[in-house]
Amino acid sequence: MLRARGVTRKFGGLVAVNNVDFEIPRGSISAIIGPNGAGKTTFFNVIAGIYAPTEGTIELDGKPLISPPTGAGREPILLVLPTIPFIALAIYFLMAVGGDTGLVEGVASVAVALLGFVGALLLNIVRPDWYNRLIKRIGVTRPARPNDMVVAGLARTFQNIRLYKSLTTLENILVGMHVHLHGSLLGALFKTRLVREEEAAAEQRARELLAFVDLAGMENELAANLPYGKQRLLEIARAIASRPKLLLLDEPAAGMNPKETEEMTALIRRIRDELGITVLLIEHDMRVVMGISDYITVLDHGEKIAEGLPKAIRTNPKVIEAYLGRGAAAGH
Amino acid sequence: MSRIVDAVNAPFAPVRAYFRKHRSFGIFVGVVLLSVALPLLTRVPPFDGIQSTNAWVNAFTTAAIYAMLAMGLNVVIGFAGLLDLGYAAFFALGGYTYALAASPFSGIHLPFWPMLLAGGIVGAIFGVLLGAPTLRLRGDYLAIVTLGFGEIVPITLMNADKFTDGVNGIGGIDKPSIPGILQFTLINPWPMYGLVVVLFTLIMIMIYRLEDSRLGRTWDAIREDELAAESSGVNTVIAKLQAFAVGASIAGIVGVVNAAKITIVTPDQFRFAVSISALAAVVLGGMGNTIGVATGAFIIYLFQSILLKQLNTLVENFNIPILNQVDFLEFQYVLYGIVLVLMMLKRPQGIFPARRRMREFAPLKIGKGGLK
Repeated sequence: MLRARGVTRKFGGLVAVNNVDFEIPRGSISAIIGPNGAGKTTFFNVIAGIYAPTEGTIELDGKPLISPPTGAGREPILLVLPTIPFIALAIYFLMAVGGDTGLVEGVASVAVALLGFVGALLLNIVRPDWYNRLIKRIGVTRPARPNDMVVAGLARTFQNIRLYKSLTTLENILVGMHVHLHGSLLGALFKTRLVREEEAAAEQRARELLAFVDLAGMENELAANLPYGKQRLLEIARAIASRPKLLLLDEPAAGMNPKETEEMTALIRRIRDELGITVLLIEHDMRVVMGISDYITVLDHGEKIAEGLPKAIRTNPKVIEAYLGRGAAAGH
Repeated sequence: MSRIVDAVNAPFAPVRAYFRKHRSFGIFVGVVLLSVALPLLTRVPPFDGIQSTNAWVNAFTTAAIYAMLAMGLNVVIGFAGLLDLGYAAFFALGGYTYALAASPFSGIHLPFWPMLLAGGIVGAIFGVLLGAPTLRLRGDYLAIVTLGFGEIVPITLMNADKFTDGVNGIGGIDKPSIPGILQFTLINPWPMYGLVVVLFTLIMIMIYRLEDSRLGRTWDAIREDELAAESSGVNTVIAKLQAFAVGASIAGIVGVVNAAKITIVTPDQFRFAVSISALAAVVLGGMGNTIGVATGAFIIYLFQSILLKQLNTLVENFNIPILNQVDFLEFQYVLYGIVLVLMMLKRPQGIFPARRRMREFAPLKIGKGGLK
C-alpha cells in the first residue's frame, strides 16, 4: 500500500537516504532496522511529509503524494498574477471617477486592491485541491505536508515522545482526531447542535481509544504526568485516533523494560489485527523486530542493503557485517 | 485553613456546578453583577472621595475596552502561543474604519451598529495580512515582525494625510445612537458603559467557546508542539491564521467602540505603548486565562489612571520637595516595565494561571550541578 521509489534525501553534501525503493503490503507489520545513523528516521520523516525528498516519489494506495518540489521560482508569480485584475479594477475605478479623487473613492480603490491581494495570499496558503491542480499546469508542485499525509491515511509517532504535555490525555486524543472533526470557527462561536453532537461523539470515541491502549481511567491526567511507558501508549493512541491506514512507529519500545516491551509488542499486533491498520516500525530491540515483523528492511549508510523475512535477515551476511563489522561476518 | 475555605465554599458547590454546565449564562450573570456592583462601590468611601460617579463609570468603560483588547491579544499569545507585539495596529485600524465611516472629515455618516461588524472584518483582513508572511516565523523573529507591523500602521496613518488628516487625526466622530430611543453623549457615560458591558460579555462568551472547541484544541496543540500538531493532521498554517484573524477582529471591534467613545482618533493613540500595555495585562493576568487577563487589564488600567493620579494629588497636598515636581502619570510606562519584569521573574504564569499553563511554569528541579 505504501510504495517509495528511488527516495533520496541529501542534507548539503551528506546523503542521508540514498535511492531507496521500498514497498509494504497492506495488513502487514514491517520493520526498518539498521545501525545508528543509517538514515532510518530521515526516511521516516520523508514518508511522513516532514522532509521533502531530494529525489524520488512516495505513493500511498497508488496515489502519488510526495515528490520533490518543482517550480519554486515561479511561486511569486502566483501571488502577483491573481492580484492584477483587482488592481486594474481599482485603477479603472479611479479613472472613471476622474481627476479629482475624493476620500471615498481613494479608500474604496485601496480596499479593492487590498482584498485582491489578501485573496491571492489566502489561496496560496490554503491551497485547495482545485488550485493545486491549476498550478500544476504551470509546473508548480509541492510535496504533501505532514497534515496532508494524515488526511491521506498515514499517522506516526516520534522517537522522542512528542505529546501535548500540558493537555490532558483525553485532549491529546481529541487533537489526534482533528481530521475527522468538522466543527468550524462559526460553529464553535454559536455552539451549534451539530458541533455539540460531534464533540460528544468524539469524546466517547476518545475514551474507547484510551481503553484500547489500556489507559482507561486516566482521561483527566495531564500527559506530562504520565510515566514514560504510558506516554508511549498515549502517543500511539493519538496516532490511531486519526483512523490511519498506515501507522509509522519510530522506536516504540525504546527505553522500556522487558515486561513493557512485551505489552508493546502485543499492542502493535492488536492494532494490526483488530483495527486493520498496516504498521511500519523502526526498532533497535531485535527481540521486538524479529518477534512481530512480517518483513524487514535493513538500511545502512542511507542505502537499502537487504530486505525479506525475519529468518532470512537474521542470517544475511551483509546485515551481520553492518551491525558487527567485517570480522564478525567472516566468522572470526 | 483549607478546612475553613472548604466550609465556606460548600454551600456554593451546586451553584458552581450549575455554572460550569451553563458557562455562557454564568459569564452573563457575573458580568452583570459586576457591572452593577462597580458603580455602587464608587458611592462609598474611600472611592467616592476620589472622583464623581460619572468619572468612575467613564474610567470603568475605558478599563473594559482595555480588558477586551487584552482578551483578544490573549487569543493570539495565550492560546496559539504567537507573540504579537503589534496588536495596537488592529485597534487603530478599527478606530479609523469607524472614523472614516462616520465623521465630518469624510462627510459620511453611517450608523454605528453595522460598523462594529465592519471594524471586525477590517481587523480580520489585516490580521491575515500580517499573519501570512509570519507563518514560518517563531518566537523572537515573529515578535520583531509584528513589532514592525505595529509601527508601520500608525506611521502610515500619520503620513496618509489626505485620508486621515495626518497627525491631527479625525475628530468629531459620531456618537452611537439607537434611533428614537437613545442618543449617546459625551457628558452621560452610562449608555457607553452599558454598550461596553454587553460587548464585553459577548466577547468573553465567544472566546471561552472558541477555547473549548476543536479550533481551541488546535491552538493548544500548536503552542505545545507544532511538529506534533502537523503530524496529528492539523493544518497549522490555517489554524495560526485563524488565531491572528480572531485576535485582530476583536481589536478591530474594540477599536470602533473606542473611537465612538472618545470621538477622536489620532495616530499617536495607537503607538507601541498600547501594544505593550495589552501585553502587560496578558502577562499579569495569566496567559491563556481569559478572565484572568481581563482582570489584569482592569488592575493595570485602574492602577495607572486612578492610583497614579491620586499620588499626584497626595504629593501636591503635602508639598513634598522634589516629588511635587514629578508627574506620576508620566510613569505609567515604568509601571508596564515593572509588571513585565516582575511577573516574568516571580510568577510567569500570571496572577490567575490558566489550568493548562500551571504545569508548564512549574519550577524546574535543579540539582547541585545546576541546570543540565
